[in-house]
Amino acid sequence: MIEYLTSREFLILMAKMIAIFGGVMTALAYTTLLERRVMAFVQMRPGPNRVGPFGLLQPLADGLKFMLKEQVVPTNANVLLYYAAPIVALIPALLSFSVIPFGPDLKITDVSVSLLFVFAITSLGVYGIVLGGWASNSKYPLMGAMRASAQMLSYELSLTLSVVGVLMIAHTLSLGHLVTSQQGTWFGFIPRWNIFLQPVAFLVYVISAVAETNRLPFDLAESEQELVAGWHTEYSGMKFAMFFLAEYANMVTVSCLATILFLGGWNGPMFGPWWLQMALPTVWFVMKISVFIFAYIMVRATVPRIRYDQLMQFGWKVLLPLSVANILITSLAVALS
Amino acid sequence: MIQILFFLFAALAVGAAINVLVQKHVLYSSLSLIVMLTSISALFVLLQAEFLAVINVIVYAGAIMVLFVFVIMLLNLPADPSDEKETDRLRWLKFIGIPLGIFLLLLVGATVWNVGSAANTTQMPGTAEAIGQSMFTEYLLPFELTSLLILIALMGAVVFAKKDL
Repeated sequence: MIEYLTSREFLILMAKMIAIFGGVMTALAYTTLLERRVMAFVQMRPGPNRVGPFGLLQPLADGLKFMLKEQVVPTNANVLLYYAAPIVALIPALLSFSVIPFGPDLKITDVSVSLLFVFAITSLGVYGIVLGGWASNSKYPLMGAMRASAQMLSYELSLTLSVVGVLMIAHTLSLGHLVTSQQGTWFGFIPRWNIFLQPVAFLVYVISAVAETNRLPFDLAESEQELVAGWHTEYSGMKFAMFFLAEYANMVTVSCLATILFLGGWNGPMFGPWWLQMALPTVWFVMKISVFIFAYIMVRATVPRIRYDQLMQFGWKVLLPLSVANILITSLAVALS
Repeated sequence: MIQILFFLFAALAVGAAINVLVQKHVLYSSLSLIVMLTSISALFVLLQAEFLAVINVIVYAGAIMVLFVFVIMLLNLPADPSDEKETDRLRWLKFIGIPLGIFLLLLVGATVWNVGSAANTTQMPGTAEAIGQSMFTEYLLPFELTSLLILIALMGAVVFAKKDL
């Protein structure tokens, strides 16, 4: 035991964990700033630009503010579950980063079923929302929580089914192997990314991912005009910040999965000296994720919210049949080739 | 290390399972059930059956229990008032339940006792390939029959829910 704790591989593992956790937390903080700035530019206003150059210290100021805010617990709230809910929401959201390969070596671990592990862990995140809404003992949070759970349950189905086609082509459930299976090019210039083989699956995945993370145009669970703020109406201070972080972490997770499944993960052109070659895969990966995050923010800034019955009909009558048809056609193609 | 983890998660599973029965409030019972299911998954991981562990979490803790909690919230069920009449009416049930439970325990124990010698045969890896292989070749008929059974249950639920189809 002691030998293992002082061994070199253990220290490397610890360093990787700290690097990934710190990197992810910083990225989450700056995603909030990016979102506010981009939304502001779309709406033709400057946005938060007062704290530091270009407002770059805004996330730090926000964090400090969250810690100093008064902690309010509503009367007759279920105190135990009220305190547990933000933790239940945040832990699964952060745990899924433990299997995501940010580079050839920059990953904490890779189990043989790491893709399913991410799906399993993120599916537990809904309990944080449900318990938060229920324990607040308030009408709007309860309605928001019920909408969120129904929505996440319906869209999780098409989200999971849409990746089956990719798995049939790649013959693996491990995220690391999924990335390596997309190395190389067709005809010398088209990268062997799954998006060219599975465009329908990609479309279904991206739409369900937006719905799964409760973002506009599918943010019925926290629609400000009807429900104040949905399930986290009664939360303040650090507890609210944890919900907020969990939401952004889920956003980054589904973007990471989209990159790994459809856009070749950390694959990209390699050149330059050895230290550049070490860093380039992570740079490609982060750039691909940023495209998704930016698209997320632009969608939020430009698309109006849809109605609840439209949301359910779209999920069950359009996305689910599409993903099932995609599985059928892909399996036919795989069987014939 | 593995033994410590095994006893930790086994104790957690048993404790949560008992808590499911003892709790007065339905929501606490279902939350304990989620804890129980996840600790069972941890036991699967210790047995190197990662696929089963993950599927267990996805299907039960992630989907079915969400529906449970959803329905409890939708109906906003209060804590069990422990109706005197109700307990009176169900009193004789324990005289059947306890012997049946002991019988089940003996049956499981006897089965485990007999199968124990077969455990040191070829170690099958708990991967998705191995499970899929055996499910679609050796156990194809039971697998298809189970899916048929679930379909029948689904249709039955629809028939119950909709009076005029």
